[in-house]
Amino acid sequence: MNFATISIEHYLAVAAMLFTIGVFGVFLHRKNLIIILMAIELILLAANLNLIAFATHNGDLVGQIFALLVLTVAAAEAAVGLAILTVFFRNRGSIDVERVNIMKG
Amino acid sequence: MINLTTLQSLAPHALLLLAPEVLLAAMAMLVLTFGVFRPKSMRSVYRITALTLILAIIALLLPLRLPLGDFTLFNGAIIMDDFARYMKCLILVAALAAIFMARDYLERTQLQRFEYPVLILLATLGMCLMVSAGDLISMYLALELQGLCLYVLAAFKRDSLRSSEAGLKYFVLGALSSGILLFGCSLLYGFAGSTGFEDLAGAAGTMPENLGLLFGLVFVLAGLAFKCSAVPFHMWTPDVYEGAPTPVTAFLAGAAKLAAVALIVRFLADGFLPAATQWQQIIIALAVASMVLGAFAAIGQKNIKRLMAYSAIGHIGYMLAALVTATFEGVAGILLYLALYLTMNIGIFSAVLMMQKQDSQVENISEFAGLHERNPLLAFMLAILLFSLAGVPPLAGFFAKFYVFLAVVEAGLYPLAIIGVLASVVAAFYYLRIVKIMYFDAPAEPIQQTSGFGLKFLLVVAGVINLAFFAYPAALLIPSQLGAASLIAP
Repeated sequence: MNFATISIEHYLAVAAMLFTIGVFGVFLHRKNLIIILMAIELILLAANLNLIAFATHNGDLVGQIFALLVLTVAAAEAAVGLAILTVFFRNRGSIDVERVNIMKG
Repeated sequence: MINLTTLQSLAPHALLLLAPEVLLAAMAMLVLTFGVFRPKSMRSVYRITALTLILAIIALLLPLRLPLGDFTLFNGAIIMDDFARYMKCLILVAALAAIFMARDYLERTQLQRFEYPVLILLATLGMCLMVSAGDLISMYLALELQGLCLYVLAAFKRDSLRSSEAGLKYFVLGALSSGILLFGCSLLYGFAGSTGFEDLAGAAGTMPENLGLLFGLVFVLAGLAFKCSAVPFHMWTPDVYEGAPTPVTAFLAGAAKLAAVALIVRFLADGFLPAATQWQQIIIALAVASMVLGAFAAIGQKNIKRLMAYSAIGHIGYMLAALVTATFEGVAGILLYLALYLTMNIGIFSAVLMMQKQDSQVENISEFAGLHERNPLLAFMLAILLFSLAGVPPLAGFFAKFYVFLAVVEAGLYPLAIIGVLASVVAAFYYLRIVKIMYFDAPAEPIQQTSGFGLKFLLVVAGVINLAFFAYPAALLIPSQLGAASLIAP
């Protein structure tokens, strides 16, 4: 098997698929809010994969630095998201997506 | 590539130019420490925060005496020009107003925690960096800094189901939009070979053929449209505005919106001006949809905060219409619009915060009935602000719309101008309905007015600015034109 045939297009295709799965996960998932958080994480990882692939392909370091910064932001985002989720659970007693519906119109 | 010696010689100079941001960051840490060790002295925490914001404004305006100019700092990551100075000034004023508005409200609702000023300071820092971002990395980091603070602020009333639901919705959709934006950034970086806006502008000339770049641009624009709540990315706005504590709503509607619009203007004008024909169609679609939805969806609203959310969507539409022109006049119109819109927002939310009924805030529009008999000053100022939002001459809101639509007409985009004017006529209906309820409907239960001096001061200042703008328009016109000139040459 020849690994040299894995080119930039393959990485981009995988990243695009991950991104699509993530977006669909946020919009189509109707049960658990934690899964939505995981879907968002997936989107960020897709972007990271793109950045790393481009950085290697273009021979430029900026993409790798960008990816490291994105990892940090993703951690902060997960922390804030879980904190808000806990507060919501305390008030509502559930983290069902269907039950995030007090305000409408 | 990076010359270390020039970097070192630039560092003190760069930090001086960034004095407001450095001050905000340092004071946020200080207030945080102070709050941990002295949890009881809330008043002094608020005083320190207000003082910090005032000092930041002074630090921002002091270099005006030096020769004005555009400075690019940290290898293009930060741009300090007249546009950034103008926007930062407005954002800092909005943050100051959010601190003044919150003091009484948080005391009344037993929400007095030192985290509020800390989060406001950090969010303001993020917004200040957003408007001077000159690079995809600094843009993303600044956007996330303000976003993460705003999610927490929206859920600040943590015992309230509405507030926590608002925070949750804002977080999920905000994080999704940041993800979409980041994916776009990664594509732009890959196909342009650089993250700097200047290099993007260089690559933008190859746009129609370079499909990857076009995809990246569309993703980034979708993410930015989420942040400034343009239709069809507006779903979170009404719920978050309604659920969040009122001072936070005022901050979201003022500072956060300003920063988001400024970022979209900076990104397109600095990074993609050579490819204007590519993004103009996208912005036209966003503008038309926002103007129309903002005008019609607000008609049936009963809650004033929700109504202000739909009104904000409509106003974003007018600003985006001016952005479509991609001319100096259009950007100057947006900058003037943002400043005047900020004054109307601060005034209206101060008025909403002043109205109380047995320990609860009055948010239902029907409860405003007969307001002018009991609180004539409050009703008069609110009426002026609503007329200004509707764009009735000679109030400030008329001039804001006038300059925007003038730029649109001069660019030959007649259908867009006609749709905009028609939408603002429809929108006038729901602003005037509130005035009618206040002045002509039979009085409902009496509304108590809070005694706080800060809110009354903000309301009166906002009202007077909107009343007197026509007498001395140059005070805002000249700075807004200076700001626009640093993005697009007149």
